Amino acid sequence: MTGMVTSRKGISLSRTWNDKETRSVIIQIVAICLILGFFAYIIRNAYINLEAIGKGFSYNFLWQPSSYDINQHFIEYTSRSSHFRAMMVGILNTLLVAVCGIALATLLGFILGVLRLSRNWLTNKLAYVYIEYVRNVPVLLHILLVYGVIVHSLPVPKQAISLNEGAFLTNRGFFMPAPVFETLFWIVPMLILAGIGFMMWFRKHARRVQDETGHHYPVFWIGLGVMAGIPIVAYFILGAPITWDIPELKGFNFKGGMVIRPEFIALWLALSCYTAAFIGEIVRAGIVAVDYGQTEAASALGLKRNRVLNLVVIPQALRIIVPPLTSQYLNLTKNSSLAIAIGYMDILATIGGISLNQTGREMECMIIVLLLYLALSLMISAVMNWYNNRIKLVER
Amino acid sequence: MTIKKAAALATALSLSTMTAQAGTLEDVQARGELNCVVTTGLAGFAAPDENGRWEGFDVSFCRAVAAAVLGDGEKVKFVPSTGKTRFTLLNSGEGDILFRNTTETMSRDADLKLTFLPVNYYDGQGFLVRKDLGVNSAMELDGASICIQTGTTTELNLADFFRANNMNYEPVNIETNEEGIANYSGNRCDVYTTDASGLASTRAALDDPSAHVILPEIISKEPLGGAVRHGDDQWADIGKWVVNAIIIAEELGVNKGNLDAMCGSAGDNPSINRLCGTEGDMGSMIGLDAKWAVRAIGVGGNYAELFDAHVGPDTPLALARGLNASWRDGGILYAAPIR
Repeated sequence: MTGMVTSRKGISLSRTWNDKETRSVIIQIVAICLILGFFAYIIRNAYINLEAIGKGFSYNFLWQPSSYDINQHFIEYTSRSSHFRAMMVGILNTLLVAVCGIALATLLGFILGVLRLSRNWLTNKLAYVYIEYVRNVPVLLHILLVYGVIVHSLPVPKQAISLNEGAFLTNRGFFMPAPVFETLFWIVPMLILAGIGFMMWFRKHARRVQDETGHHYPVFWIGLGVMAGIPIVAYFILGAPITWDIPELKGFNFKGGMVIRPEFIALWLALSCYTAAFIGEIVRAGIVAVDYGQTEAASALGLKRNRVLNLVVIPQALRIIVPPLTSQYLNLTKNSSLAIAIGYMDILATIGGISLNQTGREMECMIIVLLLYLALSLMISAVMNWYNNRIKLVER
Repeated sequence: MTIKKAAALATALSLSTMTAQAGTLEDVQARGELNCVVTTGLAGFAAPDENGRWEGFDVSFCRAVAAAVLGDGEKVKFVPSTGKTRFTLLNSGEGDILFRNTTETMSRDADLKLTFLPVNYYDGQGFLVRKDLGVNSAMELDGASICIQTGTTTELNLADFFRANNMNYEPVNIETNEEGIANYSGNRCDVYTTDASGLASTRAALDDPSAHVILPEIISKEPLGGAVRHGDDQWADIGKWVVNAIIIAEELGVNKGNLDAMCGSAGDNPSINRLCGTEGDMGSMIGLDAKWAVRAIGVGGNYAELFDAHVGPDTPLALARGLNASWRDGGILYAAPIR
């Protein structure tokens, strides 16, 4: 890059550089080269170093027996299962805590957001103090705190707190009866599915009727009846085809039934409460951002208070709430990898933890973990973007 | 300007990639400090005392190597590691040598690319339970919740043992020994399992050690030893012979007290002379001077002294020599001769 003159027409380098568009193109090309060079350098570095200690790069270990046990697994898993299967167990455990966490965080967050707008001084301030405390303390501390409280304050299985028939609270988790479905039971979920299908059609139908005639069907109540009422009635007509497997204290622990382990409870509650504080502020911002004139105008049209909220305020607030809400969902999902601090067996603890350590395949395992979290995050973003597109302002 | 800066940065980066594979000895001597990978804390083996000084059986071996190589047993930087991070720390060059209650296995040797030093503690996996549970044997542990450190051989032995005996258990995974103690004393698990020596250490750290008992079954072989990276044979030789020298010192009756007297000048016993560097040219074979072994033994004494000082019957761990007695006393501790 010396000051070389490139042609007889006198286009010198300095002249090219002074041209705004050419300059921007040059800068972009240089930037791309630097980025590519950086990654090439990193990959080469990894390759050289792996070579130097004589380690190959191979995913064959995935099909070897994992040789370790995992306490919480939703698919069949033993220590003879493969590392791949251990990874699947980890993915399902991460998904479980992410989905449950997002649900609870959203619920708590909306409640907090509304409480922050309350005109009642006490509820308003309580919500304020909660939000400021929770979001200013690292989430890892919340997780350790909840876990410590569960393990050290709840009783051991032999002195379990009996909540109801067959439900026990201990520091080994929350034990409860597990449903055992009989063959006839499967009619019930079929009816629920059919009900959902019917309602999808009925909603469109109701809207069309309302547009054409102005007649307003009570869609919500009909929906509740079809999707919940009919299946419940059917369930009892069929003779309640569920039996319960009740946990019993045998030896060291409860046997049978279902258990929600303290590791899950701690992670779930801590992540939800933490993220809820952020969501509360997002919800508050969203609602405040809808101009009060909108509410007044809707009221002036004679709409009832709840219809003002449902038809005017909430749809506009959601447009503001959803994009930052997506970030919070992503944060919660990624924060779930802190599970490792309390031994909840998620993606990072299985394939990115024990498998990695027992096989010594750091590079391979960490690539898998990175890709899995990336895929999870992209999936959540895709769903939220789809929802955002549905509710966004339709410009006419 | 910016391009120059970037070029300088790139050069600096590419130079730093050339991690030295051979020449660990030169690196350590140039640095003037030995980076030794130890546990995050296991009383008796490696743990900081009330003054923050690292003490313990494994720590003494780190100091012995430092003394042999650098002439001063204090020139050690201890790199604490969990069961999961220890090999990565060693292989990435954060540590020069590892003394961390580490079991020698084939896959670690061949696949994780480690070179193991001679065994310095013959151990086996056991179970720690509360006395009031009334359990007398590991065969009665069906259905128990068991705390287990992840990334260890004990984790794998545990799965094998319960499977082979057709029993069930709930694994409670923990990262460090401290977490294990917290979970076990909080009754999250009925049983804590790790190497028997580690259990003795853990039991001693509990509020009321007498309320807990180590079950009689030892379910695995755990030959614990130091390790270095593959690919630097000279450095591996140094580690190997420092450990051997400490074991041989006990066999020859050389200890911290009589070290000066026995090694001051060449005596009648050629074995002692070779150990003391007053005969032959042993030190230069591993790139050190003649007094390497004298300095190594001078830090904490011979094997018996290290054992008694940190884990033996008069310590809170109260471990018997057992398998770790010298081969002359009925144990299996047996070092290759220095000649």
